[in-house]
Formats: sequence, C-alpha cells, structure tokens
Amino acid sequence: MEVFKYKKPLSLMAKSKRFGLLSIVVLLLSVGLILTKGFNLGVDFAGGTLIQVKYAGEAPIEKIRDALNTDKTYKGASVTFFGSQEEVVIRTKMSSGVLGEDVGAKVSVLLKDTGTLEIRRVDMTLGLDLQGGLHMLLGIKSEVAIESRIKSMAATVKYLFDDEEIIFDDLRMNEDGTITFELLDADDVTKAIALLKKEIEGTVLSQKSLNFSLEMTEEEQIRTKQNAIGQAVDTIRNRLNEFGLAEPTVAKQGTDKILVEVPGIKNRADIERLKKLIERAAHLQLMAVDEDRIARVNTMSANEAKSFGDVILTDVKTPEKYLVRAIPVLDGSMLTDAKVGFDENNQPVINFALNGQGAKIFGDFTGKYVGKRMAVVLDNLVYSAPNINERIGGGHVQISGNFTFGEAQDLAIALRSGALLAPVIIESERFIGPSLGADSIKASSLALALGFLLVVIFMVIYYGMAGVIANVALIGNLFLILAIMSLVGATLTLPGMAGIVLTVGMAVDANVIINERIRELLHQGKSIGKSIEDGYNNAFTAIFDANVTTLIAAIVLVVYGTGAIKGFAITMGIGIAASMLTAIVGTHGIYQWILPKIDKKKLNFWFGIKQEETK
Amino acid sequence: MEVFKYKKPLSLMAKSKRFGLLSIVVLLLSVGLILTKGFNLGVDFAGGTLIQVKYAGEAPIEKIRDALNTDKTYKGASVTFFGSQEEVVIRTKMSSGVLGEDVGAKVSVLLKDTGTLEIRRVDMIGAKVGSELRTKGFDAMLIAIIGILLYVSFRFEWRFAVASVLALIHDITIAMGMIVLFSVEVNLDILAALLTILGYSLNDTIIVFDRIREGIRTIKNPDLSAIIDESVTRTLSRTTLTSLTTFFVVLTLFIFGGEIIHGFAFTLLVGIVVGTYSSIFVASPILMWLGFSVSGFREKEAIKLKRDKEKEKMRAMYENGTM
Repeated sequence: MEVFKYKKPLSLMAKSKRFGLLSIVVLLLSVGLILTKGFNLGVDFAGGTLIQVKYAGEAPIEKIRDALNTDKTYKGASVTFFGSQEEVVIRTKMSSGVLGEDVGAKVSVLLKDTGTLEIRRVDMTLGLDLQGGLHMLLGIKSEVAIESRIKSMAATVKYLFDDEEIIFDDLRMNEDGTITFELLDADDVTKAIALLKKEIEGTVLSQKSLNFSLEMTEEEQIRTKQNAIGQAVDTIRNRLNEFGLAEPTVAKQGTDKILVEVPGIKNRADIERLKKLIERAAHLQLMAVDEDRIARVNTMSANEAKSFGDVILTDVKTPEKYLVRAIPVLDGSMLTDAKVGFDENNQPVINFALNGQGAKIFGDFTGKYVGKRMAVVLDNLVYSAPNINERIGGGHVQISGNFTFGEAQDLAIALRSGALLAPVIIESERFIGPSLGADSIKASSLALALGFLLVVIFMVIYYGMAGVIANVALIGNLFLILAIMSLVGATLTLPGMAGIVLTVGMAVDANVIINERIRELLHQGKSIGKSIEDGYNNAFTAIFDANVTTLIAAIVLVVYGTGAIKGFAITMGIGIAASMLTAIVGTHGIYQWILPKIDKKKLNFWFGIKQEETK
Repeated sequence: MEVFKYKKPLSLMAKSKRFGLLSIVVLLLSVGLILTKGFNLGVDFAGGTLIQVKYAGEAPIEKIRDALNTDKTYKGASVTFFGSQEEVVIRTKMSSGVLGEDVGAKVSVLLKDTGTLEIRRVDMIGAKVGSELRTKGFDAMLIAIIGILLYVSFRFEWRFAVASVLALIHDITIAMGMIVLFSVEVNLDILAALLTILGYSLNDTIIVFDRIREGIRTIKNPDLSAIIDESVTRTLSRTTLTSLTTFFVVLTLFIFGGEIIHGFAFTLLVGIVVGTYSSIFVASPILMWLGFSVSGFREKEAIKLKRDKEKEKMRAMYENGTM
C-alpha cells in the first residue's frame, strides 16, 4: 500500500503563506505557553519558585500580596490569576539557598488568613533525579488481607450471634481458611442461616447436622486481594498528604505493585520517618484479655494458646506477654477519627472515635466485662491493657504507650487514614540527594548547550543560509518540545534531558534530507523555486516513514517502560512530532517568504554549493 | 560547503560480500563475548544495593572497605571510585530480606569515622523486581521489532521489512557486544539506549530504502545492484551528515554529561557508528540476497496502479451516472 503517491507536484508554494502563518501561530503559542504556563525548567534554572494556589471562591489577590509581603523571602513576589478567578500563580525569584525549606508549607502558613485554599503545584515537576527525592516500589502481601478478612468475619459472627442470643460453641478459625462453629439449639438453625446470609457477603455456608463451616468464595478472595491493593494506594496517598509533602505520587503499578515517589525529600531522618509511616499497617484491634489463663502465659506455647482460641502478644515497649482472645472485639475499620492529645501526666496519647456500630459494640463489651482487662493492640503489639472500670459509651477510646509527640502524631495520621488491609514490603528504593540532582542539571544542560551549539555552527558552515533556516526550525523545535512538555506536565528527568539532547541531534535530520534534495535538483539545473518545491515533495516520504518507525519504538517504550524509560520515550516522541512539524511546515514557509530574494548567482551563500556546478 | 558531491554511483554492491563477511565476523565475536563473558548486570536487573557517597576530600577507599567489613550484611561489598577521587560507589548483593532497614542511615553510621561524607544516591532493588524488569525489557524490544516489521511491510514490501530488522539485530547485537567488552554496567538507562539505537538505526535504513523504492520507479535499468548503488550513493551525504550531528551531540553528552550518563552515552555512540555503517553497507545487500526482484516489484506496482485506475474509472462512471 502507498499513501503518498507522487502524481503531480502539490501546489504547496501557492499555499505557503498559509503554512507560514500556521508556523508563526504555533511558534507564538509555544512561546506564550512557556511564558504563561511557566515552563518550570526555566524557573528552575533561574533559581526561582512557582506556586499555584486554588481558592474555594474567588482568589483575594490583594490580600495574597499583602500576606506574602509580610515575609522577607516572598516580598515582591508576582501574583497573577491563572486560568480562572479561583486560581493564582505566585512567582518569586527566591535564591536557591532558600529552596531547602518546604515552600508549600511556608506559603500555606503565610496565606492561611486569605481564605480556604489548596496548594496545587510547587515548581515544575522536576524529576527525582533532577531535584532529588525518594522513589520506592512496594509489594503487597495480599494473602494477609484474606486472613484479616476471615478474622473480621469471625468477629462479626460472634457479635451477631451474641446480639440475637443464638447459643453457639466452638467458634474457631482454621488453617484452611474456614470458620467453624456449632449451634447448640436446633431451633436457631434457620434464624442463624438467614442472619449470616444477610450480614456476611461472599461466603459459602455448609452444614453438617449442627456443625457449620463458613468459607470465602474464590471470587471474594480475588476481590479482597484487589481491594487490598486499591485500598493500600489510597491509604498511603492519604498518609503522605497528611504528612505535608508537596507532590507525592502513589500509583498502582502492574497487578500487585505500588509505586511511591516523593520529590524534594532531603534528609535521612525524614526518609526513615516516611518509610515507617508507609509500612505501618496501622491495624488496630481491641481484644479481650483471657483472664482465666493469663497467669500461665509465660510457659504457654503458641499452639497451646491456639487450642484455647487465644493468641500471645507482647507489649510494645517491655517484654511482657499478654494472652488475649484471638477474635477481636472490634477493629480499626470502625474508627472514624484519631487525634493526638495529652493525658493527666501530660504524656502524648491518641484519642480515637468509633462509628455508631463500633460504639455500640464497644459499649456492650465494656458493660459486660467490667473488672476485666481489654488490650489495645496495634499491629500485633499491645499498647495498653487497661482495666474496664465501667461501661464506656460514646465510642471514645484512648491509646497511651509512652510515645514521643512525633511518634504519636505519625501514629494518629496512620490510624486516621485507615489500616492497610495487607502489609506492604519495600521491594526497591531509590534515593537521590538534592546535590546530585543539581549536579545532573548542570552537567546535562552544559552538554545540551554545547551539542546544540556544535550542530548550529555546523549547519551554517555546511549549508549557508539554508543551514540558518534549518537552525530556526531547530530552535523552534526546542521551544515546541519544552512547551508541549510543560503543557502535558511531563516530568523532566535525567534520561528525559538525554532525550531532548538526542532529539536535537536528530531534529536537523529532516532539514538535512530536504537540503540534500534541493541541492541535488539545483545541480541538475532546475530553477530555485522548482528545486525547493520538488525537494520538499521528494523528501516527504522518507521523513515521514523514518519518523513513524522511530515513533513506533517510542510508543512501545512509553507503554512498556516505567519511570525513567517512560520519561525518555515521552520526550523522544514529543521531539519527533515537533521536528516533523517545524522541519517540514515551518521551514517551507520561510523559503516561500524569502524566495524572491534568493539570488541565482549566489548559490554558495544560499545553499552552500558552488556556482559553476549549476548550469 | 559540500563534501559528498555526487559524481557517479560507488560500486558498493560489487564489494558487498566483503562487508557481509566483516559484519558476520563482528557479529559472531559479539555473540561469543555475550555468551562467554556475559553482561555486567547492574542493580536494576540483578537486584542488590548501590550507594553513592561523596566525601569532602579524597575518598579513603581502604578505610571504607574496612568499615563496611565490620558489618555482616555489608561484608565483601565492592567499593569503587565513581567519576572522581571524591566519590565512591558501594555495591552489595544484599538479599531482599534486609530491604526493610534503612540502608542509607546504616551506611552513614558504618562510615562515620571515614571522613565528612554525604550520601548522594541509594538504589535498592529486590531480586524479584530485577527479574521482572529483565523480562519487561525483552518484551518491549520484541514488540517494537514486530511493530516495525508490520509497518515497513505495509509501506514497502516484506523483504524491506526483513532486511531492516536484520540490520537492526546486527546493530543491537554489536552494541551489546561492546557493552560486554567494556564491562559497562547494564541498568535501565542502557536498555533505553539500546531501544534508541533500535529507532535510530531504523531511521537511517528507512531513508536509504525510501530512495531505493524511488529508484525502482525512476531508474530505467532493472538491475537491482545498480539501483542500490545509485540510491545509497545519493543518500550517502545525508546519512553521514545526520550521523555526524547526532554523534557530536552524544559525544558532548559522553564527555560533559557526568558519570551517571556515561554508560548511556557510550552505548549510543557505538550504536550510531554501527547503525550508520549498517544502513550503508549491510541493509541493502540483504535486500539483494533475499531475492528481491525489481521487475516483480514493478509488476506489482503496475497491477496496483491498474486497480487504482479502474477504481477511478468506476468512480467516474458512477459519478457520471452511467452505472
């Protein structure tokens, strides 16, 4: 098949004014985009900062200016509307020395009295390898999600039967993932079956006389696993947002991985705190202490405890052991809020609130077990095991456990943003220090500038004015790439920079092909106008096919690549598209425009070929 | 200025056997190297940990080794200079079990007596992730090749597609051979470089093929080798110039881009040289060896043309209402 069949010359030249106009418009748009959208690379190289803020209503631009002027570093920052009346962009020429501080947090504080606002963007999304930061790939133990689902199902069974006064015995969770129990009263059977069918979804109930077995269906298991990943992504994102980080990326990758990217994180202590926050399952359980057997806990084996329906847990700070009922009274899924507070000794504690159902279960439980102990268990460690002095209604519970204020704060964030249904494991981690990022920017911009200069000089020496025209296209191309990148919000990474460098080398290709064709025709003695016209037409299929094949490779990379490779491929793809536009449409317009000025006797000046060659 | 002035076609095809032999020898050597010496897989693919540390003065490499040997997990870690005398890279094959701990913090503690230092980069990849990346990289390459085969068959003819893909495999294999020869550490960026070569070498080959396709239509002589000679000679100027400009840019990247980009730039340099060579000397002869027939192609073209004309006639008739 053939798409571009040469039949007769297209009358391109007649339409060249239109093309020229198109090129100028696109070029102006590019420049406009770079200026208004703030191609943040420019900002970065200039050592300034750009902050985009969205208000709930119209942005009070004067108030914002006043608020910023109270701070030394933000004094005189430009504040402009952005897109709508609700969004503003703040630009400062802050020196890079100040960049160490968290700009987003600082501006939030400065602007807190100007209205309800949201900081939407700080700086451009410079990639991690350019601005420094942390990149992690997390795996997830989804089988644990199933285990805890079974556990919570068992807790529900117990609660439902107690509530409906169905007498049962021997409720236990087995190795094969089933929950078994025995009903003591045959009259309860229909009621029990109806109750379980209604309240617990995704299970199969089988019956052998009065012995019942409850099992998750396969679909429910798959659903639970998928749910665990989706929930982990949301939970981790919430935690990072609450942690106050500028622009964390949390995304599902493949079927069972989670990608976490935290740009701008600077020191090891922060990283460690962050990793703890991410990895923390924050699985809260309130469990009844087995007061009848706890005296023997130090000599008891795990299997023995299991045979009583108990588990042995240790204290979070001391080696003390607790024997608690394996089926929890309730878990963190019924928690609605968690805040840091202080107890009577002025020690930080975490106060949390339960939802209606949780409050009821908690109230019933504490009412029934006055005088006994209840363990507050977080991630299988006992934080406290207070005595129940009276029935506690209202659903407010407190965790104390000798925390520092920072620990309590992180714990509250983790509890508030919900438990991870399954624990995550850090499978890979990359940390790039900010100084390395700065070095990389310096090195690759130097290489880019040098390479660019070399190509530009070479083109002029070799092609004369035709080389100058090709260079105009090259510069236009560079602008276009940067504009598109800032428009789609592509992240500029080190390989992305390499992609731009490479595109610069390849972008002249189209113009080289065209110029060679024009020269060829001039050598054959064709007129200048005809040579340019046919040169463009003849070169078109070659340029088109060559670029499309390269584009295929780039697209495969975008689809299959991750992280750095993707960045590289996106830049390359954008570069290819931009170079076709500028080289074919752009330069064609320029030729049309200057055609009347081209002197037939000065071919060396215009096209870099010697006079006597053409006849 | 003009360097490559067309006077008469170079007799490339007559010498194609010699070039073919050269290519086959280099190709075999590359495959041999890859099989015997093997790739120097970096942490991205092999799994493990890489820590880049910068010292205020010269890095005391012996002291660093001693300090690391005091710890069980870091014992026997390789420590090498990186770029300058002030920076070192520490590599371990640590198992994924240890991944939970904070490597950067641990190393800071271990090295605290060796001087003023700054941890600039930590890369930690579990073994599982590494092998996943490997298969993914391979898949990406395969899919790109299939996509290209389909497109070139669709735009040219299947023999053009096979020839361009063979030239491609030639280029990538030799580039890989050089990577092995110079013990370049293979990480994701090297994969990106190989994929770029894939696109680049193809770009070059397609432009030559485009000229051959045009030559088949415009050159009276039905002798394929004459057409190829003429077409390759006519595109020689463009092929060399574009390769040169790209080469300049990558060379500046290689020299000034910093140690991190070194492997990437090196692979590209090799790829550009080999890609240019293959598009001039290798791809077109393959076309000939595959038994491409000019008259056959022309016949097919003529049939296509006839069909098009008939279609046009039909349309004209339809539009005139005679049908």
